[in-house]
Amino acid sequence: MWMLEIPPFVPFFIGALLAAVSRGLLRNILLIAVPILGGLHLWMIPEGIHLQFAFLDYTLTPYRADKLSIMFGYVFHIAAFIGIIYSLHVRDTTQQVSAMLYAGSGLGAVFAGDLLTLFVFWELLAFTSVFLIWARKTRRAYVAGMRYLIIQVLSGVILLAGTLFYAAQHGTLDFNFIGLEGMAGWLIFIAFGIKCAFPMAHNWLTDAYPEATVTGTVFLSAFTTKVAVYSLARGYPGTEILVYIGAAMACFPIFFAVIENDLRRVLAYSLINQVGFMVVGIGIGTALAINGAVSHAFNDIIFKGLLFMSMGAVLHMTGRINGSDLGGLYKTMPKTTILCIVGAASISAFPLFSGFVSKSMVMSAALEEGFDVVWLLLLFAAAGVFHHAGIKIPYFAFFAHDSGLRVSDPPNNMLLAMLIAAVLCVGIGSFPGYLYSILPYDTGYNPYDASHVLSQTQLLFFSALAFVWLNLKGLYPPELHSTNLDFDWFYRRAFPTAFRNAFAIIWKVDGVIRKEFLSKLDLGLSMIAERNKGVSSLLSRTYPAGSMVMWVAVILAAYLFLSFITH
Amino acid sequence: MDNEKTYIFDKPENVKRLMHILYACCAVLFLLDFIIHRHIVHDWEGLWGFYAIYGFVGCVVLVLVATWMRTFLMRSEDYYDDEGKAEQTDTSDVKAGDHNVDA
Repeated sequence: MWMLEIPPFVPFFIGALLAAVSRGLLRNILLIAVPILGGLHLWMIPEGIHLQFAFLDYTLTPYRADKLSIMFGYVFHIAAFIGIIYSLHVRDTTQQVSAMLYAGSGLGAVFAGDLLTLFVFWELLAFTSVFLIWARKTRRAYVAGMRYLIIQVLSGVILLAGTLFYAAQHGTLDFNFIGLEGMAGWLIFIAFGIKCAFPMAHNWLTDAYPEATVTGTVFLSAFTTKVAVYSLARGYPGTEILVYIGAAMACFPIFFAVIENDLRRVLAYSLINQVGFMVVGIGIGTALAINGAVSHAFNDIIFKGLLFMSMGAVLHMTGRINGSDLGGLYKTMPKTTILCIVGAASISAFPLFSGFVSKSMVMSAALEEGFDVVWLLLLFAAAGVFHHAGIKIPYFAFFAHDSGLRVSDPPNNMLLAMLIAAVLCVGIGSFPGYLYSILPYDTGYNPYDASHVLSQTQLLFFSALAFVWLNLKGLYPPELHSTNLDFDWFYRRAFPTAFRNAFAIIWKVDGVIRKEFLSKLDLGLSMIAERNKGVSSLLSRTYPAGSMVMWVAVILAAYLFLSFITH
Repeated sequence: MDNEKTYIFDKPENVKRLMHILYACCAVLFLLDFIIHRHIVHDWEGLWGFYAIYGFVGCVVLVLVATWMRTFLMRSEDYYDDEGKAEQTDTSDVKAGDHNVDA
């Protein structure tokens, strides 16, 4: 069957080409057709290696399908489908084309069977997605996009270096379990870590995503970090350090999320927080934990997409996204409000919503494997995510104080995209069996037992109670127009300032030294000239240079004259 | 503005009603802890109302710490923009609030 050999990214790249040359309704139909046809195609392919060829001394496998990659393949198709519907109203060829290429690159990466192919798609992810940021056409978006691109490409370069070490070490490029052994293992780990937004390498995400276009952020939130999660799940399952990195990722962003004003940046922080749960799951590495990690990635793509879409709708309709400028929108945007609350309930892991059936697997695994402190931290992060993403986002956008803004719900295509995502959130949460059936392992896990439902509901309701209590006491920090310093301060402020100051000092010192040297030289020369004045007054320095030229001319003339008379 | 429609949460009694529902839910959930026997893996889970108390205290601590973080992390909104303007003199195309306008 020749159809088998078409890797899943190909339809998207063809779709991008078609989107570039078509317009209007035709383009919309073509764009929607791509993820549907691609998804059906993916559904029919069996596991195995479908494309392989020799390259120099190595075997390249650009297309390998197994349970892990097929699962990410499905959710990437769903994300692309939802994102495309959400952006049907956009009349910007750059965005449509780059979104298709970006989705295709994500698919290429998760079906890559060797590290070199992975590297190619790794870099393509960066280059195709940056246009979704630049398409905002503001100076802020431009510089944020630049920083994003530099960091992403850096991650790719490290991956390439790691790949070369790996090939030298193992004599193969196959992308399977890597582990933290030797230079290769660490380099590839760091490359994955940058894309996964590990602490201190996380600011590209919170910096760039909120600056992208309304529709661009929806695509961005789905692919880049999840490709990194997939790569970690394949290359580093059971690597203990990931448990602690993940716990840190789950915890520290929620503090920033609480005081952040830009609601899409709040979501960017909570994206890191959710990826933290996945990273912990990968680090624990048991069947249950890996299942939890990848199913949480699956769900997160959908509910985080839904939240970004609802905030995108607010930005699209009002032109504002700061919590301090919004409020009271439920009055005229009731549909968006309800859809946003569904997303908020899902990310908070309320029973019957999708987050509940996946996050709990990671928590249970942490407890079973004896990571008690990590479990407590995750529990804190679970309460915190409800606090900032579950309550803060809907509350400050749609309720809180009335901002006086009276805008209607967004265009129908945006509402439809949000509705599809919301239905999936509730569907997966209520009938988790379908999701569990495509997971890499069969663990027979059941999220709906009385203990678990009760404990999670208690946790969430008392978090809500804390929010109400803090608000009534006036202890809740108000939304303020502000920038909060994060790790990016080091490379956006401290290092440039330090460099500038260092160079200013260097130039100053350099100037002083030069001046000193020249004056010393001058002094020395005039001293020599003075001393030689008596010996050879004609060539001494106190005479102008012109006289020397004249004397050279005289010597040459004499030479010429002599050469004439001697012949 | 005066003859504008009144919406559901414009009436304080509706907000109050919602709050009472929340309080009632919390009370019921807390009491359920005494009725339903949760199976536990970790010792702390067995404490009465562990999840409820942990959720409440966790969130209060979260907000208080975050508020305290503001004292040394918060800068003006255009903190990073200043730098760019100093270097780039032709910022004529950047308007106030420009970054809020969708492309």
